[in-house]
Amino acid sequence: MNLLQRLFPNIDDWAEIGRACIDTLLMLGGSMALTVAIGLPLGVLLYLTAPNQLRPMPKLYAITSLLVNILRSVPFIILMIVLMPVTYVLVGTKLGIRGAIPPLVIGAAPFFARLVETALREVQQGVIEASQAMGASLWQIVRHVLLPEARGGIFAGMTVTAIALVGYTAMGGAIGSGGLGDLAYRYGYLSYKSDYMLVTVVLLIVLVQLLQMIGDRVVARFGRH
Amino acid sequence: MALLSHCPEFHVIRFVDVHKSYHAGGRDIPALQRFNLDIADGEVFGIIGLSGAGKSTLIRLVNLLERPSGGQVFVDDVEMTALAEPALRAQRRRIGMIFQHFNLLASQTVADNVAFPIRLAGERRAAVVRQRVEELLARVGLADHADKYPSQLSGGQKQRVGIARALANRPSILLCDEATSALDPQTTASVLALLAQINRELKLTIVLITHEMDVVRRVCDRVAVLDGGAIVERGSVADVFLHPQHATTKRFVNEALPEESASAHVPYAQVPGRLLRLSFRGDATMTPALGRVARETGIDFNILAGRIDRIKDLPYGQLTLAMQGDRVDAALAALRQAGIEIEELPR
Repeated sequence: MNLLQRLFPNIDDWAEIGRACIDTLLMLGGSMALTVAIGLPLGVLLYLTAPNQLRPMPKLYAITSLLVNILRSVPFIILMIVLMPVTYVLVGTKLGIRGAIPPLVIGAAPFFARLVETALREVQQGVIEASQAMGASLWQIVRHVLLPEARGGIFAGMTVTAIALVGYTAMGGAIGSGGLGDLAYRYGYLSYKSDYMLVTVVLLIVLVQLLQMIGDRVVARFGRH
Repeated sequence: MALLSHCPEFHVIRFVDVHKSYHAGGRDIPALQRFNLDIADGEVFGIIGLSGAGKSTLIRLVNLLERPSGGQVFVDDVEMTALAEPALRAQRRRIGMIFQHFNLLASQTVADNVAFPIRLAGERRAAVVRQRVEELLARVGLADHADKYPSQLSGGQKQRVGIARALANRPSILLCDEATSALDPQTTASVLALLAQINRELKLTIVLITHEMDVVRRVCDRVAVLDGGAIVERGSVADVFLHPQHATTKRFVNEALPEESASAHVPYAQVPGRLLRLSFRGDATMTPALGRVARETGIDFNILAGRIDRIKDLPYGQLTLAMQGDRVDAALAALRQAGIEIEELPR
């Protein structure tokens, strides 16, 4: 304990850092689950309705695509502030983990949807044609051909998205969502306690490394054989 | 319909006034000119053409992967072109298809690839699926490879998986889209032998497209030659192969007969006598007719080129020779009598 005190003189409550870690993980887990739940179907929709694809719908594609691009082009910190009224309507608060999740999902889902779309486009056209020749319906093609064949790319996209979400959650700290970003901002930046900053940054690096490692393992296991 | 299918004249596939063009850049680009074509039950029908001749489009018109711009397509007397989406999907399950690049699911094992169409057709009982997959893999000689992934197989093995998958729902028709074009000659021979065996044992109608006359010669009963979106020649493989009429057909036949085309450079002009090409088919190949006729009529002949091979199961021989003597016409008549086809070649 002595050593810790000497190295980090300003940190008197390690439990607070522990709680911040848990908050970050909760925000990450919650927003990631919802991002996948919204982004995956959205990505499939983008893929299917694009010109020359299985169900070309030029107008629907143009609208979805524009919406996705708009949400992706607003920097997350601004998106978060702009979305505050929406967040309040959705979850009844603008603060804390609950208040952070709607903007995190709205920021990350379009990003993930594009990654899903790209992964689906990597699926060989011939495999899709073969399943059509076997009498597969559109839903069967999506469920049994497109998603399994693209799963390596989709898992890689999830890894990239999760890491982007770690960054977003840290930004959320600046406007009261809690977690490691909040800690770094309040103690590290506003109160010049740089040891807080150091610990937070190290923890974030460890988190990102872990996510990347897990992601790589999953891609290697379920990607192309 | 069950009654009809036993009739030898029954046509499983009929194209009636079918044509196809593509829209691109606001213009119509013709792919296939208006044609009629009947494919009989149980035959192996070859469609040969260079790339861009329209053969991939033609084969895809059978299961409506490509929709014709006009005309009707009938399969098993069902008008494919009139079917709504669900009925079309059901009909497609009765038509197997294999591809040049195999098109297997890379994320699934060999067994799951073969099980895929069975599951698509609604079979949920695992034991039924497993037993059918075992049967199919045994038929194509891959019983030991069930748990491998496609990337662990050779090209020939992948195509065998493709064939097993295509046969999974007991189709009446098998479409082969350049099925051997990505394979080496030895593997090609073994895949063609498998297709011929399936055709014999399962009474399956096979339609195959290729750019190699040798593929047609080895397995097909009839052939259509496509050139620039039009069928320029069609008939039994023996007729088309031994007596090609159209320039494109002649080119394909010459490619399959390297010796013959090489001998075209021999200066026949210096050879005395009448230049003749004799074609022997089936039993005529086995009789010593030429020697007998030469003795009887006292003519002399000089063999310039020749080969003996098989067209599917039919042995054939073709000899180019120069004949001289007083009674050449009598000799030719006697040879024709013996069932030998004779063409006089220009000097």
